[in-house]
Amino acid sequence: MASLIRCPHCGMRPKEEFSIRGDASPVRPKPEAKFAAWDDYLHSRDNVRGVMHEHWQHVGGCRRWLVVERDTFTHEVHSVVDAADYARARAVKPSKVKPKGKTATAAKGRAKS
Amino acid sequence: MKYSALSIFRQALSGNRGWTPAWRESEPKSHYDVIIVGGGGHGLATAYYLAKNHGITNVAVLEKGYLGSGNVGRNTTIVRANYLLEGNEPFFAQSLKLWEGLEQELNFNAMMSQRGVINLYHSDGQRDAYARRGNAMRLAGEDAELLNREQVRALVPYLDFDNARFPVHGGLMQRRGGTARHDGVAWGYARAADSRGVDLIQNCEVTGIRREGGRVTGVETSRGFIGCNKLGLAAAGNSSRVAEMAGMRLPIESQVLQAFVSEGIKPFVDQVVTFGAALFYLSQSDKGGLVFGGSLDFYNSYAQRGNLQTVENVMEAACAMVPAVSRVKVLRAWGGVMDMSMDGSPIIDHTPVDNLYLNCGWCYGGFKATPASGWCFAHLLATGETHELAKAFRLDRFSRGYQIDETGHGAQANLH
Ligand SMILES: Cc1cc2nc3c(=O)[nH]c(=O)nc-3n(C[C@H](O)[C@H](O)[C@H](O)COP(=O)(O)OP(=O)(O)OC[C@H]3O[C@@H](n4cnc5c(N)ncnc54)[C@H](O)[C@@H]3O)c2cc1C
Ligand SMILES: [Zn+2]
Repeated sequence: MASLIRCPHCGMRPKEEFSIRGDASPVRPKPEAKFAAWDDYLHSRDNVRGVMHEHWQHVGGCRRWLVVERDTFTHEVHSVVDAADYARARAVKPSKVKPKGKTATAAKGRAKS
Repeated sequence: MKYSALSIFRQALSGNRGWTPAWRESEPKSHYDVIIVGGGGHGLATAYYLAKNHGITNVAVLEKGYLGSGNVGRNTTIVRANYLLEGNEPFFAQSLKLWEGLEQELNFNAMMSQRGVINLYHSDGQRDAYARRGNAMRLAGEDAELLNREQVRALVPYLDFDNARFPVHGGLMQRRGGTARHDGVAWGYARAADSRGVDLIQNCEVTGIRREGGRVTGVETSRGFIGCNKLGLAAAGNSSRVAEMAGMRLPIESQVLQAFVSEGIKPFVDQVVTFGAALFYLSQSDKGGLVFGGSLDFYNSYAQRGNLQTVENVMEAACAMVPAVSRVKVLRAWGGVMDMSMDGSPIIDHTPVDNLYLNCGWCYGGFKATPASGWCFAHLLATGETHELAKAFRLDRFSRGYQIDETGHGAQANLH
């Protein structure tokens, strides 16, 4: 996998500066949502083999939450966007997984480990 | 063919020309009583105990690669029963007891070595936590000893006892813990299951689960359709993908864990030693290589290889715990795909589909579980009843609020 991640705010940075939260696709239910929705949000995962969106935080840099689009089989990094942009794009069009906004694509050639 | 000292002498005298393959090369039949998906330790052990304990021999184990190509042949071989929580410890205690008689049972040398497992502690708080864990182990009938600094020094003199940040204050010792040769365990179960009539079918990937009226009727595979009365899933890191074929979403994330082996050196590390200040553990194989590993890479992965950042972390932890290893060269490194559950504990259970059963969620600790997991999963498949030892490993424990969270990290798979 890429040893360098391009933060949309800080530019190309070593992977060690980031901490990984995990799958960005589950959407937090409304407080009054049914129990089953909360259970599903907390515990069930698609666990895809392929392209996945993940929450990463740039703890050693701008400290912003980011969404990294990555392949879980090839480890290729496709894009990195700010989590707020991702959430906004998702709110506008829930089915749309690829948000607009500041996108940074990992440099080709460095993308694979 | 029974293996014994006598058979070795006999074969030596006849030029070793009489050895026969350890198991048959089976062709898939059109229908089985039970099909197990996954020829790892758990799948093979399940097949063996189905035949041995329940007399069910019309069984096939379907493996997409070769037997032992998954985590059973990739782990760091540690066998222990030092869990804290009630749902876990009796199960792992029974597993350790099964390990103790395993080689005689299977007539196979799995190189089981009860060399002791020592978990180091580096602070007062950690000592208290280990004292509590040791007491929980003893309540479950297991052996546990809290060692002070000098007792640890007598056993493991090469540690950096006076490390400025992480001085070694002592350790929790389980003397009956140790290591076993991982692929030997896979081969031993495979051979023993085969000799009782189980078909081991390699290069046979399950690509679909056929259902009619809410029941499984068989599986689509790369070698055609195979029918069955009952289907058991034991696909470890690929559990989510196989369960999806039956329309299920699991509380599982697949993550990569790496392992490392050094060049062979003279006998140096007598036990399994784990660092308490970072995730790191060390033992030495009979060939002399140091075997060690650390934490997950923290991201979801289906690739059986990891990231350099974790390699660096592991090496740093190694040098912090045992400065002398800084001059030892690493020979090999690899990764395995872990089925990380949302509470860090396993699942052995029915599924919402009538005759479909699930065995997964072993995280980075399923090798030690192999005998008991096979035992309990076979019991479930044969009788339809949950085995007493696995009664906490239910799939619905997450929604019922009965998680078995050893580390107390909550529903965050990469932290377990
Ligand atoms: C680096 C590393 C270190 C570890 N260290 C330890 C340790 O020290 N102690 C310990 O107790 N545990 C350890 N573990 C964990 C342990 O290895 C696993 O929990 C355990 O091996 C999982 O069960 P298994 O043996 O059945 O899995 P596997 O051997 O992975 O078996 C699953 C099998 O299913 C097959 N499969 C998957 N999908 C399909 C399909 N569609 N069709 C057919 N077949 C399929 C796979 O090819 C695989 O062979 C470690 C794991 C790793 C990776
Ligand atoms: Zn940044």
